[in-house]
Amino acid sequence: MSELSVNHLLGIKYLKEKDIQLIFETADHFKEVINRSIKKVPSLRDITIANIFFENSTRTKLSFELAEKRLSADVINFSAGQSSVKKGETLIDTVNNILSMKVDMVVMRHPNPGAGIFLSKHVKAAIVNAGDGAHEHPTQALLDSFSIREKLGDVAGKNVVIVGDILHSRVALSNIFALKLQGANVKVCGPKTLIPKHIESLGVEVETNLKKALNWCDVANMLRIQNERLDISYFPTTREYTQQFGVNKTLLDNLDKEIVIMHPGPINRGVEITSDVADSKQSIILNQVENGVAIRMAVIYLLASKIK
Amino acid sequence: MGQKVLLSSKEINIILHRLACQLLENHLDFANTVLIGIQPRGTFVVERLTKILKEEYGVKNIQLGLLDITFYRDDFRRGEKPLEATETKMDFLVEDKKVVLIDDVLYTGRSIRAALTAIQSFGRPSEIELLTLIDRRFSRHLPIQPNYRGRQVDAINNEKVEVMWEEKDGKDIIYLKNK
Repeated sequence: MSELSVNHLLGIKYLKEKDIQLIFETADHFKEVINRSIKKVPSLRDITIANIFFENSTRTKLSFELAEKRLSADVINFSAGQSSVKKGETLIDTVNNILSMKVDMVVMRHPNPGAGIFLSKHVKAAIVNAGDGAHEHPTQALLDSFSIREKLGDVAGKNVVIVGDILHSRVALSNIFALKLQGANVKVCGPKTLIPKHIESLGVEVETNLKKALNWCDVANMLRIQNERLDISYFPTTREYTQQFGVNKTLLDNLDKEIVIMHPGPINRGVEITSDVADSKQSIILNQVENGVAIRMAVIYLLASKIK
Repeated sequence: MGQKVLLSSKEINIILHRLACQLLENHLDFANTVLIGIQPRGTFVVERLTKILKEEYGVKNIQLGLLDITFYRDDFRRGEKPLEATETKMDFLVEDKKVVLIDDVLYTGRSIRAALTAIQSFGRPSEIELLTLIDRRFSRHLPIQPNYRGRQVDAINNEKVEVMWEEKDGKDIIYLKNK
């Protein structure tokens, strides 16, 4: 059987197309497992995984923890807020201390871009990046593509628009890499202030008119305005943002075709999408959450099988 | 590489009919029995047996499942390559049912051990039986024996039993090969 070409999941940028297909095929099997009445398999009985979160997270952390437990791995959790990091310990020291307790894999979220890559060069454990600053969030992009594949049959050739704060979004960057790798066409849409310069060099087009973008696409991935990362004012008011870049039911009903609506969560209802859109049958937001567990099980299973 | 034919197409057919009759003897109308093929190679055996039971012995409503045991195996990370999963198709629970596990070759018994664990995810069966087409004697690592066996063979460790099916390989034949 083929195996992953990497020993860590640091970003989609480091994956090959066949890695993504292998992860999806494995996730198909795990999706069947998590829909049984007994949702657990004993594969990773001898693996210990540390979830190290230097940044807040609910969904991703729960999803990873559930995936690990469904595979029967031992799990330890660590949040920077309650730790010796506050006493001045460095990242490598923190992680090496945890690894001395015989941990095989580290799932890490960190506010600094490249933290996972840095760690993978200095510690002996498989690293899974659960989000590093505005850099990458690979498992989110994988579960997004997996959800598109599930809904539309294939990712190749589909038109996907990513709407919102592209500048601060690791979800956007990982999604762009993943979608392009699988042969999808990608546009980004949002206020010009929130679209990075030179984004076209990644092979995506910029569209500032939401209606045009929605008429073009098969799938719209709506991102949250990350108020916590907006250090300066990028648009006049939230209300004005919603008027120009928010999706509502009227807008969707006036399109030529029915498109699929995605959102990585957490949703700011009434800002980037209205409640009736988020809860409509066009939305696959909750499927994304379910698929997140299957995808993370697949990633952890495939990486664990490479630990010798 | 030396090889000899262990069973021809005709012999396989006769054996499958005998096994079907033995199952019939113990389970009659299969009302409370489920046949579960162990993926990937047990699938062919279970499908053939079901066909014979339905078409030649008029048994209706046989419940059929396919069980993948990859995630239950005890050699994860011990082999050279990662274990490849296949599809599990179990659209029923086995609670209080009689289960017949079906595979092509019984060798070390480890696959069956994994299948016994895997089946627990679908409930608590009232009993579990084992049917294998080929039983390799003297090579068991675990105390596991079949209730129904097609043919017992004495094969040494550097020999390999290879089962070919018409659906997949073009014709039914079983070889004993040197590895």
